[in-house]
Amino acid sequence: MHRTGQLYGHFQTMEQQKESATLGMWIFLATEILFFGGLFLTYTINRHTYPGIFAECSKSLDLTLGGFNTVVLIASSLTMAMSVWSAQVGKKKLVTLFLTLTLFLGCVFLGVKAVEYHAKYVEHHIPGLPFEFEPGSDVATNAHAQLFFSLYFGMTGLHATHMVVGAGLLVWLIRQSLKGRFTPEYNTPVENIGLYWHFVDIVWIYLFPLLYLIDRH
Amino acid sequence: MSEHIVSPKLYILIFVTLMVLTGTTVYAATVDLNQYIPGLNVIVALVIATCKATLVVLFFMHAYYSTKRTQLIIIAGVFWLAIMLFMTLGDYGSRAWDAH
Repeated sequence: MHRTGQLYGHFQTMEQQKESATLGMWIFLATEILFFGGLFLTYTINRHTYPGIFAECSKSLDLTLGGFNTVVLIASSLTMAMSVWSAQVGKKKLVTLFLTLTLFLGCVFLGVKAVEYHAKYVEHHIPGLPFEFEPGSDVATNAHAQLFFSLYFGMTGLHATHMVVGAGLLVWLIRQSLKGRFTPEYNTPVENIGLYWHFVDIVWIYLFPLLYLIDRH
Repeated sequence: MSEHIVSPKLYILIFVTLMVLTGTTVYAATVDLNQYIPGLNVIVALVIATCKATLVVLFFMHAYYSTKRTQLIIIAGVFWLAIMLFMTLGDYGSRAWDAH
């Protein structure tokens, strides 16, 4: 098990060994582009087909909460990058601190999403449950609005699931960091889980304008 | 380790830039740009989002300091996405019989 940062026999240098781990994570992230990409494509076609209703539905999302979450998530990417730096310069206590901050910010994000989902539930904007875009909306409006909200819940739900996985990985990292495992010589798990976390941030960087900012004028 | 250590100063600079871009995209959404060029609002939003994503990939994810091999994988993934989006839009866009 790759615990002490030793050189494995099938690698020639530590740089090569480290790069292979990082490359593996990037290849996984490329498959994540496939995963989310399909939903972004679906969104694109549906918004292109029903631009008016998509704009209306977008307005019903809470822009303050969405904007706040965007700031929170980008800040969590900053703290994640800082935890990698802390390991690289041998400041072990800071590694744990920044990982914990990242986890905290991630949990704040998920909490806000829960509040938003509840608001959608109260407004009857959850497809499948009794759905009514607005009191008195006709059948066509409700049908097309359900397309938007199916995509809203599908995309933010998939994103939130990735955040939960990320939170689990952060818990593992925090526990390992408390054992002093991450050093300037060996910090690959911090770096690579950081790559995963930043990727999930990038997905949200696209989700926010596409879902919340269609038409705010 | 010969890895390049990115300084906290640069991380904070990137973060501030990302915040400015976030504010800009929210502001741009409140302005009706579609009156000048149809679809300009979404184009501006996507350009800003891509700038933000590029900064995250280059500096938070260290792609700027990575090997060409790694950078190739990143570009390949994005290139695949571009093909999927543009070819599909080309298909829908050229359906004269299905225009909504």
